Amino acid sequence: MSTVVLLTFTGLGLGALYFLVASGLSLIFGLMDVLNFAHGALLSVGAYGTWWAASGHLPGAGSGGAGFVLAVVFGTAVGTVSAVVLELAVIRPLYTRPREQILATVGVGLAVPALLSAIWGSDARPFPGPKALSGTFAVLGAEVPLNRTVLIGAALAVLGALKLFLSRTRHGLVVRAGVEDRAMVTALGIDVRKAFTLVFAIGGAAAALGGALGGLYFGSVDPEQGTSLLIFAFVVVVTGGMGSLTGAALASVAVGLVQQFANYYTTAGLGDLAVVVLLAALLLVRPRGLTGRLA
Amino acid sequence: MTPTAAPLLTVRDLRVVIGGKHILHGVDLEVAASGTTAVLGRNGAGKTTTVRGILGLVPRTGSVLLAGEETVRLATHALVRRGIGYAPEDRGVFASLSVAENLRLAERPGAGEPAYDLVHTLFPELRRRARQAAGTLSGGQQQMVAIARTLLNGNRLIIADEPTKGLAPKVVTEVAQVLERAAEAVPVLLVEQNLALVRRLARHCVVLAAGRTAHQGPAADLLADAEAARRLLAVGSTGGTGSTGTGSTGTGSTGGTGPGAIGGTGDTGAGGTGSIGIAGGTGAIGGTGTAGRTGGAGSPTAGSPVRTAARPAARTTEADA
Repeated sequence: MSTVVLLTFTGLGLGALYFLVASGLSLIFGLMDVLNFAHGALLSVGAYGTWWAASGHLPGAGSGGAGFVLAVVFGTAVGTVSAVVLELAVIRPLYTRPREQILATVGVGLAVPALLSAIWGSDARPFPGPKALSGTFAVLGAEVPLNRTVLIGAALAVLGALKLFLSRTRHGLVVRAGVEDRAMVTALGIDVRKAFTLVFAIGGAAAALGGALGGLYFGSVDPEQGTSLLIFAFVVVVTGGMGSLTGAALASVAVGLVQQFANYYTTAGLGDLAVVVLLAALLLVRPRGLTGRLA
Repeated sequence: MTPTAAPLLTVRDLRVVIGGKHILHGVDLEVAASGTTAVLGRNGAGKTTTVRGILGLVPRTGSVLLAGEETVRLATHALVRRGIGYAPEDRGVFASLSVAENLRLAERPGAGEPAYDLVHTLFPELRRRARQAAGTLSGGQQQMVAIARTLLNGNRLIIADEPTKGLAPKVVTEVAQVLERAAEAVPVLLVEQNLALVRRLARHCVVLAAGRTAHQGPAADLLADAEAARRLLAVGSTGGTGSTGTGSTGTGSTGGTGPGAIGGTGDTGAGGTGSIGIAGGTGAIGGTGTAGRTGGAGSPTAGSPVRTAARPAARTTEADA
């Protein structure tokens, strides 16, 4: 029983990490038809930004308490700014050229880890998390690491905030409408490019937050972390239905749990395969994913 | 409009190439500063592409002057914000959003209070259905949403692309009444296949053929000239078969004398405009009958002696373009 509980929390923690990456990815694809292969790089930027700040380079930031919160905020902010720069400098000039756009995002997705390696080396760096979060708590006989709950809590908060944004604000309304029919949104006199930049900023912030908290989950940061998570985030996006936030949330949980349980009860590595098989089976039954619609 | 009034919209040599295919080869048209200007033409003539080209929804070249200002280099949203309301052919309703949200999207922050009073007076149903998902509305109700969005702002021009397409006769009449009322205040560019509606609403008309302007002039002149209508719109050569006769004599008969029908335009089984006799002063606005079989059964509208234009036979004259 305790193993099941531990696997469940670990799976949910991993699912939360996937959701933080996939939510932005899904919104970006839903609204802009852009497959952002550089999204994993935004996670890495967030992770390294947080690591850099928490390691004592940013005044006021540190590895514990308020200092760590500041480090996470800093990492998230750097990721957000990077996302905006990416949208304005790389994506926007290529809106009418989707093939070049894919190549460009793949290029950025490769260049960022290379840059991080060049500056800080390719080895994993220990992540200086707060001591308070390094402990465990007991649930039904299992000792569950606290950092799992931090990730789950952060993912739930992001899901709630995004749903509020989409349902209560005019920008959210524009995004929901744009996912359905972008051309009609412009024909109503709305500059949909502003929504593009905003969605990129939101997606970048969520991914960077995922990177910051992923450091806690993995206990270290390395340049390829984002790239390896991106693959599963894409699986989540397709499983949940392109452009659907709720779908991404459900799919994140499913993918995280299936991966953990399959890896534990079968051969390590089979969990990754199980996730892809799950995706293929789902798409055969429901080609538009779990929901196929937004929010 | 007096003949000397400057047009609100002047389009010159509008060309559109999509995927290497030339859709428009140089369309010229003017939208009068008041009243309704109709764009006519067979299916495939380029009517919708012309509208989309004017709005910049497709890549285009040429000149589009709105009240004298060149807009061909403007992005769609910037042009629309200069005062254009657009109801597209497919209605462009956001299916997953509520009616209220669909309307809210058409609001233009900083451009005055949205005219919800007007919209709810014209379409009280939209107020009752404010929270309903627009995708669950009937075709007529969706068209109301589309037209309501054009009326919400103090637009200088309303563009309506086949607003009566696929609607039931009763709804066609409702839409016609709203457009007629709107056109009293704002110039309307109306793409329409329903000639009786054109007869009722339009002062001016532009006929497109194969991506070019084939004719421009007063709508009444074209519709009164059966030969010109047949030549430009390719309608009604077999109108005689639809003769309703009904014992009338002389001018009232819709049958063999005139172009008879622009109907059953091959859109879909249930779609397409209904049959309309345009000769002999018939004024029936035919809506869509189910499966297009009852095309001409629409309610009479024009002031002229009305003779509903025919039963099924009269719908057959324009297979498709």
